[in-house]
Amino acid sequence: MEHYTMNLTLKVWKQKNKNEKGRFETYQVKNVSSEMSFLEMFDVLNEQLIAEGKEPIAFDHDCREGICGMCSMYINGRAHGPWHHTTTCQLHMREYKDGDTIVVEPWRASAFPVIKDLVVDRQSFDRIIQAGGYVSVNTGNAVDANALPIEKHMADEAFASAACIGCGACVAACPNASAMLFVSAKVSHLAMLPQGSPERKERVTNMINQMDKEGFGSCTNIGACEAECPKGISLENIARLNREYIGAMFDGGSQNAK
Amino acid sequence: MALNSKIPAGSLEEKWEKYKSTCKLVNPANKRQLEVIIIGTGLAGASAAASLGELGYKVKTFCFQDSPRRAHSIAAQGGINAAKNYQNDGDSTYRLFYDTVKGGDYRAREANVYRLASVSANIIDQCVAQGVPFAREYGGLLSNRSFGGTQVQRTFYAAGQTGQQLLIGAYQALERQVALGNVTQYSRHEMLDVVMIDGKARGVIVRNLVTGELERHFGHAVLLCSGGYGNVFYLSTNAMGSNVTAAWKAHKKGAYFGNPCYTQIHPTCIPVSGDHQSKLTLMSESLRNDGRIWVPKAKGDNRKPNDIPEEERDYYLERRYPAFGNLVPRDVASRAAKERCDAGYGVGASKQAVYLDYASAIQRYGKIEVNKQGLSNADADTITKLGKEVVKEKYGNLFEMYEKITGENPYEVPMRIYPAVHYTMGGLWVDYELQTTVPGLYALGEANFSDHGANRLGASALMQGLADGYFVIPYTLGNYLADDIRTKSIPTDHPAFVEAEKAVSDRINQLMNIKGTESVESFHKRLGKIMWDKCGMARNEKGLKEAIAEIQALRKEFWSNVRIPGDVNEYNPELDKANRVADFIELGELMCIDALNRNESCGGHFREEFQTEDGEALRQDDKYMYVAAWEYKGESNFELHKEDLNYEVVHPSARSYK
Repeated sequence: MEHYTMNLTLKVWKQKNKNEKGRFETYQVKNVSSEMSFLEMFDVLNEQLIAEGKEPIAFDHDCREGICGMCSMYINGRAHGPWHHTTTCQLHMREYKDGDTIVVEPWRASAFPVIKDLVVDRQSFDRIIQAGGYVSVNTGNAVDANALPIEKHMADEAFASAACIGCGACVAACPNASAMLFVSAKVSHLAMLPQGSPERKERVTNMINQMDKEGFGSCTNIGACEAECPKGISLENIARLNREYIGAMFDGGSQNAK
Repeated sequence: MALNSKIPAGSLEEKWEKYKSTCKLVNPANKRQLEVIIIGTGLAGASAAASLGELGYKVKTFCFQDSPRRAHSIAAQGGINAAKNYQNDGDSTYRLFYDTVKGGDYRAREANVYRLASVSANIIDQCVAQGVPFAREYGGLLSNRSFGGTQVQRTFYAAGQTGQQLLIGAYQALERQVALGNVTQYSRHEMLDVVMIDGKARGVIVRNLVTGELERHFGHAVLLCSGGYGNVFYLSTNAMGSNVTAAWKAHKKGAYFGNPCYTQIHPTCIPVSGDHQSKLTLMSESLRNDGRIWVPKAKGDNRKPNDIPEEERDYYLERRYPAFGNLVPRDVASRAAKERCDAGYGVGASKQAVYLDYASAIQRYGKIEVNKQGLSNADADTITKLGKEVVKEKYGNLFEMYEKITGENPYEVPMRIYPAVHYTMGGLWVDYELQTTVPGLYALGEANFSDHGANRLGASALMQGLADGYFVIPYTLGNYLADDIRTKSIPTDHPAFVEAEKAVSDRINQLMNIKGTESVESFHKRLGKIMWDKCGMARNEKGLKEAIAEIQALRKEFWSNVRIPGDVNEYNPELDKANRVADFIELGELMCIDALNRNESCGGHFREEFQTEDGEALRQDDKYMYVAAWEYKGESNFELHKEDLNYEVVHPSARSYK
């Protein structure tokens, strides 16, 4: 790859904490290498700010290899920026050219309150999983792993749903701030496997109830979530969730639904 | 204090079985009164929290990430070993045990490794029951692949994201216990000290990273599941937040640190591209199943890789190690890459890289596909196309990641790779029960030193984390807590809590008041450079002595010139990082001291003075067949304690993969 450097203008959301009002602040970043990742460009900017005695920009990140789901920037109006199937940490600066202006915001959803600058609170996702996103099997209860063959295509599909990294890009991308893609990925993952089958009705009912309680919006089939998902979680999951949900309702809800 | 490893009597096969049948138990009513604190929610922490919650203990978990699911176990790619012998290729508990002991270059404790191998099969069963979607064959049964250092196929996997799938399984089990009220979880909290009362660990001081407030939490026991310390090198495959702080605080409160110098340098990572680099990315070891590693035969050959004809390539691993070829253990593969690059055969702009080539795998798979599909006169293009499809199915996500980072297409051009710091075999010294030298303080997973000796085999970290959490600690913790059922919860206004909190608060204020000129990041980078240059893939006496002096000077400079912006009582990532880097600096010194003490080469610890004629590691079994457990005695002052390793079953020999 041809290597080049560039100067950029960044407009970044700054917000002291969840109670105070935020605003955009403009920064100039110089000599950015095309080989940097987007977050490394932020590292450079933060080092520059610290050297100038200013406050650095707070942003979430951890593994920087696209799997932990911690990074979460909304870049020029797109969750995780312009690259398809890519988290912010894997976006690289060769996407940009000298003189570009980049606008960076946090995920925006009432169920994801801002903690500081670009950092948001996603504990609502944990609470949705607590509502039923598991198989109730205690340690030591398991039978031999090969006792129950599972058709390869079902296992592969369950895996494709389980590839969700819980980053919340689907919520950020959705005009309604709906969490349906996240919830449906978990419901599908477990519903497609025989191990998850016994609890499928309670699971879907309780997870949907919790999602509503958290203040996520409703799904109106826009598809922005699928388009922006860094792990390629498909809309088919939402269709499957709807079938699961309707099935559970026709069954009189479920015995153990909360 | 003399080290007591508490290895049960009896033959290797009987030890764990006997232990389980005779250890003390806590009855269910008493379990409800016993509180357990767990630091870290990766595979070890989440599996321990879920299992202990199921048993009825009152558990609290803490992680610095925004959710337990983000712990760095999530990034493990390749797989998890288990002695299932589903492939009928001669695997057994004994073989997994033997491979692990040998892979660790005879520096691991036999009894622990055997227990690990014997519970490995249960782990796979448990994970499948939780809904972990492992790869399967068309017949519906589980699929396996090979990994380095073994000659059987015992690695279970879920494409290139085995860690994520296993962690999600453990996380879901944990969240279920949260919902049931057995576990309380705290995210964005970091442990900053262990609270000791009457010589036992009785709680922790944690900092709420959102508000900056310090909190006190009581526990009858404290479990550290806080991972490894590879980030002492600044550049590593670890997550940015991975740190040694919890383990280091425990060390300063009396927990011995075992084999701190044992570091795993992983052979297949994407090379450094410039000074801006913040972390290194691993390309899974599973790629060595099919990829071939080579450099040009001629020094300084600047031709493009595809222009270098077959006969002018040196497949140096296949040449040096015909029996294992590209699947030699990690330490061996890393050193061989360094040797070639140091000798002037490196490739790419930096010359610090070797090729990992998929061209022949694409042809091989392409030909198999052609046969399967009955295409008798397939042309070369068809073979290549079909071969690429097979490779894509097996390794597609890794290839995609490589392309995103480097901008090069690995289906067309060989990948450039170079070794990078990946894992630390060293960690808090623990006995057979996973208890540190501090009563009531346990260490699980990568945070302890126990199972991998001087080098860990691929796909064994996930196995160990889950073995410790699901299958070991539920028994061994009960054995300790059975004597503690009369201990009531200690109120956190106890002087020991007050004092510990004050010490933490004083240190934070001291850091904030330095108001120097150099950023935390810059100190971390400087530490990393010292460590990589002088305590990295190859070490020698002179370099280590220099490193110790340089680190001591760096520590002084850090404590007089670090600049931390912002305030204490707010979300302040620079302060979090400063706390961690301060601990890394102290740990770095101990690593060099340990490396200097160990006058031999073994596994990941390579002392240049101790090598065979053809550059292999040369152990000194008569002098160093022990675990080095270091006791903290004050600044730059550590006392060595030795746990002799007795091999009753395996006979240590020079490791050969030739």
